[in-house]
Amino acid sequence: MAATTRSDTRPATSDLAASVGLVDADLVEMYRYVALARALDERMWILNRAGRIPFVISGQGHEGAQVGIAWPFQRGHDWIAPFYRSIATCLTFGMSPRDILTAQYATATDPSSGGRQMPGHYGSRQHNLVSVSSPVATQLLHAVGIALAAKIRRTGQVAMTSMGEGSSNQGDVHEGLNFAAIHKLPFVFVVENNGYAISVPAARQVSVPNVADRASGYGIPGIVVDGVDVLACYVAARDAVARARAGQGPTLIEAKVTRLTGHSSDDQQTKYRSAEELEAELKRDALPAFRAQLIEAEILTEAIEASIAAKIAADVEDATDYAESQPDPDPATALHHVYAGDAGDGPDVAPDADSATETSD
Amino acid sequence: MPTRTFIDAIRETLATEMRRDESIIVLGEDVGKKGGVFLATDGLWAEFGDERVIDTPLSESMIVGASIGAAVNGLRPVAEIQFADFIFPAFNQIVSEAARIRYRSNDGYGVPMTIRAPYGGGVHGALYHSQSVEAFFTHVPGLKVVVPSTPYDARGLLRSSIRDEDPVLFFEHKKMYRSVRGDVPDTDYVVPLGKAAITHPGSQVTVIAYGLMAHYALEAADRVGEDGISVEVVDLRTLRPLDTETVLESVRKTGKCLIVYEDNKFGGYGAEVAAIVAEEAFDYLDGPVTRIAGPEVPGVPYNHALEEWFMVSPEKIADGIRALAAY
Ligand SMILES: Cc1ncc(C[n+]2csc(CCOP(=O)(O)OP(=O)(O)O)c2C)c(N)n1
Ligand SMILES: [Mg+2]
Repeated sequence: MAATTRSDTRPATSDLAASVGLVDADLVEMYRYVALARALDERMWILNRAGRIPFVISGQGHEGAQVGIAWPFQRGHDWIAPFYRSIATCLTFGMSPRDILTAQYATATDPSSGGRQMPGHYGSRQHNLVSVSSPVATQLLHAVGIALAAKIRRTGQVAMTSMGEGSSNQGDVHEGLNFAAIHKLPFVFVVENNGYAISVPAARQVSVPNVADRASGYGIPGIVVDGVDVLACYVAARDAVARARAGQGPTLIEAKVTRLTGHSSDDQQTKYRSAEELEAELKRDALPAFRAQLIEAEILTEAIEASIAAKIAADVEDATDYAESQPDPDPATALHHVYAGDAGDGPDVAPDADSATETSD
Repeated sequence: MPTRTFIDAIRETLATEMRRDESIIVLGEDVGKKGGVFLATDGLWAEFGDERVIDTPLSESMIVGASIGAAVNGLRPVAEIQFADFIFPAFNQIVSEAARIRYRSNDGYGVPMTIRAPYGGGVHGALYHSQSVEAFFTHVPGLKVVVPSTPYDARGLLRSSIRDEDPVLFFEHKKMYRSVRGDVPDTDYVVPLGKAAITHPGSQVTVIAYGLMAHYALEAADRVGEDGISVEVVDLRTLRPLDTETVLESVRKTGKCLIVYEDNKFGGYGAEVAAIVAEEAFDYLDGPVTRIAGPEVPGVPYNHALEEWFMVSPEKIADGIRALAAY
């Protein structure tokens, strides 16, 4: 991750950053990603309410855990099989705000699917982000297979997948964890437990207090981490990545997060969650918590925060304008890419050259 | 030219392909030391070792799902499902994932993966070791479905399947493994996917079949030939993509079309062939498009009398040909 240039040639390292083996600039960058993901997400809801995009599935409440966990993975080398709430994960792993918003608009230039998939189904070959599908938990096996190939090909890559606690009940999770554990594959399984699977609370989804408790059944470490604590998430993932790279096998990380929105724009969560509960959940938001932590540690100064805010505002504006300007896919291309070479290789309409690269510094 | 059994052709092809291309791995239940329950992978583990020949846990969804991931990250997996009857736990991975990932990612990702599975009845396998499952998969755009009937085709088509950039289901009739022999050259030939073969030229009735039924169709053609009925047998070899051209050309010539498949009739693969012939060759037809297929029971029953009742036989096909020829 790019470090901010400072007058001092050595990067500044506060006690807080040093305590997790990072430098201040890393923490500022992490904060920027958390805030950027939130800002993009909020923009998605505005666009939905304004009738510009028909559907939103949100990552609000998950961003801190996602950025902290994605941070130790090596961009363009390691692999992530994300899920529909993984906006912050995808941004951290290299997708741009334009990439995220063209997916909401399903434009021809949407790099995730060229407008073929519903919003939220991110993916990028360029960034080693596996294409998201709708049946939950299937992607765990893809990440396991990627890890298997990494081991056989000796690439040194680590594969990660993430999903919700409800999805973790799928049989594919059991089949994949067992296989990954047997072969000590370089694999990290992340459960973002937000307490609900649509309307069904975790206590009706999982028979034990933590999904991570199940790790012992596979003989792998299962770690519960507070998703409000971005740096704790980072440390858990950093250690899991180190274990995986050292050939010591998979780790299950369960981050306790919150879902600040309905399941999707088609859901009214007040029907099954009380006002008190929703009010209390606001305190479990990593964005203000991380901000306060960085201000307290004197890492996030007013000047830095102002420049981050300005950059995010500009990025969100740019991404919106860009997505609004992009063409719909042409039905004449709808038969393309059922099989290899159906219509040459690659998308029919390539994204603008500059949209594929991150708009940040 | 050396003759080989059907299963030897498959096993040797796996070995030669693995020698040719380091990215090929074989995975499945008992495929390692044991060499597979039918011995289709016998010797591979000894030659290629643990990393490229993987004995998996009993987890069919994992076998396919991890193969998808391995294919995404640079390998060319050849997965074995021990019996086609046990492919259903992997149905979601095959249909929702392997078949769709190229389309849904706008050509970002593809899955060069072959899934081999022994299928078919007539082997005292009963309900769960006899099924023909092709129709579940031929329905799905994004998949290719191959059913060879000769050792020559098994080798050439398996090569094409492994070298293909998309997921291929490769169904091997288990009754043919050791009962069918044929010439198989040692050369590096391929049989292209999507090309049917006319295995018995004729002029009065077209019989369309695949797998074991392609052999039974030939036997039936010989029988009715004695009665002076000239039959053209089309062995489809690949079910998806279907070689519509060869099928239609034959039917336009003979004016009569009988489709044979081992699966139960209703909604089976032959129904699609019948619909295509009806749509595209109506003007040439001198009789109804007919099908000889299995009865409407949810599996092949075990007792030999019941199994015989279930199975399509050369005789049943010959009767069907005679009835159609009479139009
Ligand atoms: C196999 C499957 N079953 C049902 C659904 C419908 N569905 C989508 S998300 C969801 C809830 C998932 O909850 P959880 O895994 O906790 O993730 P969260 O949405 O809370 O982040 C359901 C039931 C689906 N997409 N796939
Ligand atoms: Mg949940």
